[in-house]
Amino acid sequence: MDAYALLLAATLNAGTVLALAALGLLINEKAGIVNLGAEGIMLCAAIAGFATVVHTGNDWLGFAAGMAAGALLAAIFGWLVIWLNTNQYATGLALSLFGVGFSAFVGIGYVQAKLPERPQYHWLGLGDIPLIGPALFRHHPLVYGAMLLAAGLIWFLYRTRAGLVLRSVGESPESAHALGYPVRRIRLLAVVAGGALCGLAGAYLSIIYTPLWVEGMVAGKGWIALALTTFATWRPARVLLGAYLFGGVTMLQFHLQGQGVQVPSQFLTMLPYLATIVVLALISRNPTWIRVNMPASLGKPFHPGS
Amino acid sequence: MLRLEPRPAPSRAWTWASPLLALAVTVLIGVVMFAVLGKDPVRGLQVFFWEPIKSAYALGELGVKATPLLLIALGLAVCFRSNVWNIGAEGQFVIGAIAAGGVALLADKDTGRWIVVAILLAGVLGGMAWAGVTAFLRDRFNAGEILVSLMLVYVAIQVLGYLVYGPWKDPAGYNFPQTRTFDAVTQTPKLMVGSRVNVGALLALAGSALLWVFLFRTRAGFAQQVGGLAPAAARYAGFSSRRALWTALLISGGTAGLAGALEVAGPLGQLTPYVPAGYGFAAIIVAFVGRLHPFGMVLAAILMSMFYIGGELAQSRLGLPKSLTGVFQGLLLFALLACDTLVNYRVRVGSTK
Repeated sequence: MDAYALLLAATLNAGTVLALAALGLLINEKAGIVNLGAEGIMLCAAIAGFATVVHTGNDWLGFAAGMAAGALLAAIFGWLVIWLNTNQYATGLALSLFGVGFSAFVGIGYVQAKLPERPQYHWLGLGDIPLIGPALFRHHPLVYGAMLLAAGLIWFLYRTRAGLVLRSVGESPESAHALGYPVRRIRLLAVVAGGALCGLAGAYLSIIYTPLWVEGMVAGKGWIALALTTFATWRPARVLLGAYLFGGVTMLQFHLQGQGVQVPSQFLTMLPYLATIVVLALISRNPTWIRVNMPASLGKPFHPGS
Repeated sequence: MLRLEPRPAPSRAWTWASPLLALAVTVLIGVVMFAVLGKDPVRGLQVFFWEPIKSAYALGELGVKATPLLLIALGLAVCFRSNVWNIGAEGQFVIGAIAAGGVALLADKDTGRWIVVAILLAGVLGGMAWAGVTAFLRDRFNAGEILVSLMLVYVAIQVLGYLVYGPWKDPAGYNFPQTRTFDAVTQTPKLMVGSRVNVGALLALAGSALLWVFLFRTRAGFAQQVGGLAPAAARYAGFSSRRALWTALLISGGTAGLAGALEVAGPLGQLTPYVPAGYGFAAIIVAFVGRLHPFGMVLAAILMSMFYIGGELAQSRLGLPKSLTGVFQGLLLFALLACDTLVNYRVRVGSTK
């Protein structure tokens, strides 16, 4: 009984890291930009946030630092791909490789660092309800923040003029340009916003989820977040669901280990990556799902006047 | 305000100058980074750019690291030229090493030297099989090769972990997660005394020449690239994109697997969890910095290998993490991509519209 409540709680917790990052990447991709640098951004933000909390003792400053680090790296990426028309895939890869190394370089002194005591949350006095209390009402505010973010994003993308402009920039930058929208500035803004959210995800990982700093601790979550946008066929609600599903798969391995299942731990650790591959293949096999929903100019460069 | 104006034709001069400028920019950023973090920049530069080339032994080590980088990059160049984004070479390298290691474990003191050939072949097949999974999922299910090949890296690392912690663990290894040291007979022949450079370096150079012939002198090599440049033209000419996909992935999986096998039958001599050293990712940068050209990649592999040795030296001499290698590699790729803008655009002073 309690084990399942814990599993559910852990699933939400793990899913939040993926949800924050994937929703950020969704904003990028709606504007037509693929950022393969997510892994590197998350790592740099994770150490930025962690170090900030070590020095200030304030989680929220840590989140802000993570978001700032993510936004800064994304801005560099955005400037390269949007203004200098560099290849999006190659530039994103460069960012990931750089981020993996740079975060380890900066983080060398923080490997053993301890964070201050974690506050306990107990929302609306509902945390004591058996089963659903611990599962749903004892989480960090950002867990609910990620859900609100998804809802806000649905409203923004499909109910506001700015959202429409953002989508049009991802569908047909030429038309948006012809209508007088500053396509490159909008794209940069989307990339920076996406980077900030990936940064928040990284900071959440090192401050709340783990909470510690280990070299390379993002361990592919940036790439899984990228895959999530495809699974979700670029729909915010599905991104959120996908993130929890993957959070669940990640948690399942610990659960199975706890149950004494006789499978070598390596095969359990493989699960989220294998699940990513399987789901990606299943979703992609239906070309209409992908083609209808994918932003038409995703990954394609745009240079006004050329 | 600076403005970019498209050139009528790519600048030949900048095609050559851009990698050099990128290197200069990388060094400059490196100096600033060392200074900001309170390390002696001159010492840092020495470690990265002078020590790896100052002695015969150091040059040999440079060759040891450049060999897998070049081999993997050669295969990746075929992929990238045909617009197949295989970024999972690291996984193909690991599986190649595992397959090769499996064969090496079969050897005992009565085994003949032929075993080396079997080891290398196993590595090639292992890498091809792993890349083949990506090709299959892309071909059959249209699953994006970027994410699939990358996820397979993590899977490959776990397979390696399972073997060295489990069935292949050396019973006499004091419980360390490693296989027993492979028999001496499995070692690839060394090129000279006192250095670890082995026959793999020659294979990589031969591969480079072979790739040049394939890309620029054969019809198959031409067909391979057209799909990447002009998909519509390729279809019109009857070049199969499916074949291009499989060819690209199998070649690059094969070279990455061979690189893994050469590591196993050379410098490593056993399987440990440290087989994945990031060569598969660094080779992506080698491919780009070398302009996807067989000979350019030779130079790029040597440069990247310098960063590897620099990172190791930075760890032992300066107490900095080895991952500094990745910082410099990433910076170089950033700088190169930015500098490449100059190949296709002229920078003009004026207002942007």
